[in-house]
Amino acid sequence: MTTYSKPLPVKPKANSIKKTLIFIIVISLIIWGFDGLNYNGIMPSASGTIIGMWNGIIHPDIDYLTNWTVDGLPYAIVETIAIAISGTFVSGILAIPFALFASENIVGKRVSKIGKFIITMIRTFPELILALIFIGIVGPGAPAGILALGIHSIGMLGKLYSESIESMDIGVKEALESCGGNSMEVLFRAVIPQVAPEFLSYTLFRFEINMRAAATLGLVGAGGIGAPLIFAIRGRFWERAGIIVIVLIITVTIIDIISGKIRKKLV
Amino acid sequence: MNPELIKKLPKKPSKIKFYSTIGLVAAIIISSALFSGFSFLDIIRNLKFAFRLIDSMFFPPAWSYADNVIKPLLQTIQMAIAGSFIGAVFAFPAALLAANNFIKIKWLNTSVRLFLNFFRTIPALVLASLFVAIFGIGSFAGIVALSIFSFGLISKMTYESIEAIDFGQVEAIISLGGNKFNIFRYAILPQVLPQYMSYTLYAFEVNVRAAAVLGYVGAGGIGQTYQIWLDLRRFDRVGIIIIISFLAVLIIDFISSSIRRRLV
Repeated sequence: MTTYSKPLPVKPKANSIKKTLIFIIVISLIIWGFDGLNYNGIMPSASGTIIGMWNGIIHPDIDYLTNWTVDGLPYAIVETIAIAISGTFVSGILAIPFALFASENIVGKRVSKIGKFIITMIRTFPELILALIFIGIVGPGAPAGILALGIHSIGMLGKLYSESIESMDIGVKEALESCGGNSMEVLFRAVIPQVAPEFLSYTLFRFEINMRAAATLGLVGAGGIGAPLIFAIRGRFWERAGIIVIVLIITVTIIDIISGKIRKKLV
Repeated sequence: MNPELIKKLPKKPSKIKFYSTIGLVAAIIISSALFSGFSFLDIIRNLKFAFRLIDSMFFPPAWSYADNVIKPLLQTIQMAIAGSFIGAVFAFPAALLAANNFIKIKWLNTSVRLFLNFFRTIPALVLASLFVAIFGIGSFAGIVALSIFSFGLISKMTYESIEAIDFGQVEAIISLGGNKFNIFRYAILPQVLPQYMSYTLYAFEVNVRAAAVLGYVGAGGIGQTYQIWLDLRRFDRVGIIIIISFLAVLIIDFISSSIRRRLV
């Protein structure tokens, strides 16, 4: 190590006070978080529960899987997929005006801030509560779930849509205008062709998320697989819970794979 | 245009595929709307119930109950912090095993990925209700569920970042005779760490929202308080819970996303 002709460059001085301060804050937050971990031991019946769960996974309730009536698993899973598709479609349409309203290059800086805030507000509102509100409107069942997903997803889709509108190439629009194109032509030949693949890709991504959400909405009575699953878990019918979880995992995985393939082709 | 010129123009690509795709998608959407019995008429007809519900929730909310909301809200945030921390600790090693450019053993990468995928497909609420059956009602079951959920989320995003690193640095270290640990310490860690921290914060944001509803299955946090008043149909108290947790989520999201923007 004696062959260095030049000394190594000096390490940049880190802002050590700021770093320590941030470190202390983060550590104390984490400690505070773990303070809330009030572990009361496992339930006395836990070992029986775990054995029951394991047996449920090993010997799933096949009768439920092959029950083709309204009370069977196939109906519930198809209903879950239908809720996810319809909910995503509703939000895909509704999100477009919200996104336009939140895009700086469409409505200007000030208005876009209001639009962005509205979208954030929608995003923060929990789906389950929306589902409960909509159950009050249309009664328990799949339509309440569709509306809940449809409204809640505007929060994410509106944000992503507006980001892709804002990053759009303005040159195409200007070229059309300079050739004398009217606003309809600008919309159909410059804006839509540019943003459509991204919009579709985001919508599909949201569909994947909605598929998981639709599986839990049943918990509050908004249709889908959630209700039978929760009844099975609460009633300790592990054979039934096992088959539902297995089918749910397989369905979600297949949908993820298909949707991911399509998304890769789109963008 | 004269016919000679038209012949010279290249043929327009066939639109059959495009239209058939649109037709297929439309058919899927319409049939799922029909299957689930979705109708706009019902919604418009019953709109007054929605207004009545919103009216009893927010006009006015039970302001006097606000003090009682703070404690479960703080517990919710604690659950989210603990859950995302535990998830993040386990996620990094899992991500290293799943990334196919650090450990090049194909069967290992694939099996770790399948394992991670398995955790991500189970919704957090379902996990929580399973753990409530094991650990009893309370926040511990919620924390375990959130940890597993964040583990799946963070490890997936982290292994994708590890696979997308600039490989030149790895090659530079190999050419200097560095071993696997040197590669990890000097090429992978500096490139991935900011993203990993950003993903952990993102998981924290998601966890705060998830923790707020986990109480619905008995897994602690504000959801439990929420469910009690909902079952008793005290909508004014439900309203104040919604308002306060909404503000908390908004503030946390704002802080966390401004930190994330600085990180990456």
